[in-house]
Amino acid sequence: MKKYLFVLRKPAHSGAQVQEILDIVLTTAAFDQQVAILLLDDGVFHLKNGQQPGIAGMKDTAAIFKALEIYDVHDIYTEVESLQERGLKPGDLCLPVQEFYRKDIAGLMKRYDVVFAG
Amino acid sequence: MKFAIQINTSPYQSNAGHIAYQFIKAVLAQGHEVFRVFFYHDGIYHAFKYATPPDDELQFTAQWSELARQHQIDLVVCISAAQRRGLLCTDEGKRQGKADNDLAEGFRISGLGQLVEATLEADRFIVFG
Repeated sequence: MKKYLFVLRKPAHSGAQVQEILDIVLTTAAFDQQVAILLLDDGVFHLKNGQQPGIAGMKDTAAIFKALEIYDVHDIYTEVESLQERGLKPGDLCLPVQEFYRKDIAGLMKRYDVVFAG
Repeated sequence: MKFAIQINTSPYQSNAGHIAYQFIKAVLAQGHEVFRVFFYHDGIYHAFKYATPPDDELQFTAQWSELARQHQIDLVVCISAAQRRGLLCTDEGKRQGKADNDLAEGFRISGLGQLVEATLEADRFIVFG
C-alpha cells in the first residue's frame, strides 16, 4: 500500500480536468490505497457551497467531493492562506477540511509516497 | 530504478509531452526501466494515428510508436479520456456502433487501474503537463 496525496490547484469547472482528476482519486481509493486531497490556490473553490455549474454545462464538483466519503476518503486538506486570499472561510465549504499554514505544506507532502499534481 | 510517467497535455498545447519523451530516452540510456507511460486528459492526442504534421516538423506520434517498438515500452491511453475526445480503437468503435480506428501503433487503450498499478509498481512516478 502507498499513501497518495492529490494536489488540486485549478479552479472548479476547468473543463473536464477536475472530473478526470476525481476519477483518478476514486480509482486509487477503490484499489484500497490511502488517499488524501490537498486544495491549494484556486483549488479551494472546488468545495464552495452554492455552485450552479449546470448553467455553464458543467457538473457540480462539490457533489462529487461528497461522494468521496463512500470511498473512505476522509482526509481533505486546504491551506489557510489560499482560503483567506479568496475571501473564503471553512464555513463556505461543503465538507469539513483540515487547514494547514503555507509554511507547513511541504512537511505535509513529505508524509506521502506519491504526490499527484492535479 | 523503475519509472512510471503520466502525460496530460496534447502535442500542440504544450511541449510537456516531448519533454517527457526526452526524459524517457535519458532514463533508458542510463539503464533504468520505464514501467509504463500513461496518457491522460489532453495527453491522449499523442495517440491519434492520423495526425499529419508538415514534413519539416517533429512527428510526435511516430516518435512514440518508434520508442515503444524499440524498447517495448507500455504506452497506455486512458479509455474514458480517449472516448470523450473521439479517439477509438477498432474494438471500441464497434462496441459503440461507430466505424473508427484512430489508435497509432504501439499504443493500447485501457482503464485508470493501469495508472494506479503503475504508481504502485514504480519507484518514481512523474507527471508531465
